[in-house]
Amino acid sequence: MKYLQDIGSYFLMLKRVFGSFTKTSVLRHLILKEIDDLIISSLGIVAFISFFVGGVVAIQTALNMNNPLIPKSLIGFATRQSVVLEFAPTFISIIMAGKVGSFITSSIGSMRVTEQIDALEVMGINSLNYLVFPKIVALMFYPFVIVFSMFLGVTGGWVAGVYGGFASSSAFVAGLQEDFIPYHLFYAFFKTFVFSFILATVPSWQGYYMKGGALEVGKASTNSFVWTSVLIIAANYIITQLLLSS
Amino acid sequence: MIKVEDVHKSFGDEEILKGITTEFDKGKTNLIIGQSGSGKTVLLKCLLGLFKPEKGRIYYGDKAIQDMDDEEQRQLREEIGMLFQGGALFDSMNIEENVMFPLRMFTKQKKADMLGRVNEVLKRVNLENVNKKFPAEISGGMQKRVSIARAIVNKPKFLFCDEPNSGLDPKTATLIDTLIQEITHEYDITTVVVTHDMNSVMEIGEKVVLLKHGKLVWQGTNQEIFKTDNEDVTNFVYSSDLFKKIREVQLKEG
Repeated sequence: MKYLQDIGSYFLMLKRVFGSFTKTSVLRHLILKEIDDLIISSLGIVAFISFFVGGVVAIQTALNMNNPLIPKSLIGFATRQSVVLEFAPTFISIIMAGKVGSFITSSIGSMRVTEQIDALEVMGINSLNYLVFPKIVALMFYPFVIVFSMFLGVTGGWVAGVYGGFASSSAFVAGLQEDFIPYHLFYAFFKTFVFSFILATVPSWQGYYMKGGALEVGKASTNSFVWTSVLIIAANYIITQLLLSS
Repeated sequence: MIKVEDVHKSFGDEEILKGITTEFDKGKTNLIIGQSGSGKTVLLKCLLGLFKPEKGRIYYGDKAIQDMDDEEQRQLREEIGMLFQGGALFDSMNIEENVMFPLRMFTKQKKADMLGRVNEVLKRVNLENVNKKFPAEISGGMQKRVSIARAIVNKPKFLFCDEPNSGLDPKTATLIDTLIQEITHEYDITTVVVTHDMNSVMEIGEKVVLLKHGKLVWQGTNQEIFKTDNEDVTNFVYSSDLFKKIREVQLKEG
């Protein structure tokens, strides 16, 4: 019963987010700030993880190729497919659920605890539009983070493959170009958009409707990570089933 | 003026407000007092429209808040200034940005004009040279004063204060009380203060409303409160040793 109530309150929150808009000049400023907080500040960790995971995928693929008949270009092919289809869109999103999701929940939750949200409401401001809408808009730029992650993942694979002595540069690049299906990029970016919406709204809901004090802010942040990850993985399964299995 | 008519509010099975009827006068500091759990803050949140009463009406001027559509309620809230118990200043903004916030949201003034008004109200609450500091960098008393500055910057018609003295030393508490009263008279606004501090009642209680278990049990001025024989009032007022001694002295002196 509580789950049904929570789902209902999530959708009611979404309705209020898109109602009674904050003044445009203020909103513009808030969106730029959120882009800085949520997108720009995540680039470092995304770059680090993408580069090294791309390298690990290349090494693992190379080490599991025992048959000499399998061409070395498969290392590049496997790295591209793993990074573009799953690692960059899905696993970076789960990492972002921890980094960005916890940040969103704790910042909105702290505002709830210290009556800052009440202050906005008393002033006649739609606090959900003021707090959540800029985050949704900022996270519409999230696909750029995923492009960045894809590029660095593949680069990491190339560095590990070539400098680790597993494949020549030309073989790796040939693998990258082999059987390229542009629709896979559509699939990857479509799910990235869905994940970005989940990343902006689920942690916001957790923070906005939390009750209690500082301890509950911590608990809400943990719940936020768990539920955002669960929803990303469930959405990933559904989208993959719908878009790729035909 | 704000008129409250037979307001009832419950949470679950528990009825918190049990038919409150009173008026809060313009140009006066109106105090809602009572013990913890008496329903003071719930009544305040009903006045602010943050809680919807199940029964009863709250009039701002001639119109009940229940009869206002969303736009009218939004406009009403632009006329309300609120001082929260903890200040409720926005952590991510400095003092200047905090005070300027209502002007940025609701007016089309140029930045220089807004800055002029911000400096004017900061000076009014005796705060200068703190514009670029963040809330965490100033004391609790200063945060309360910034909060008052933010509440009055857009020239409100109604000022609400939720326990403005909590967590402050007696001297700073008196300063805040005096400031609230001065501003009320200066701007000729309707001020409602929720408190359980008897010093505030003595200092600024031009109209005092006493709540007990969700019911209004007494109302009058701060002069009348020390003369009444109402048992609920005497139990509340003379619950502290200091006021008991004052009472003894008063009785001795006739």
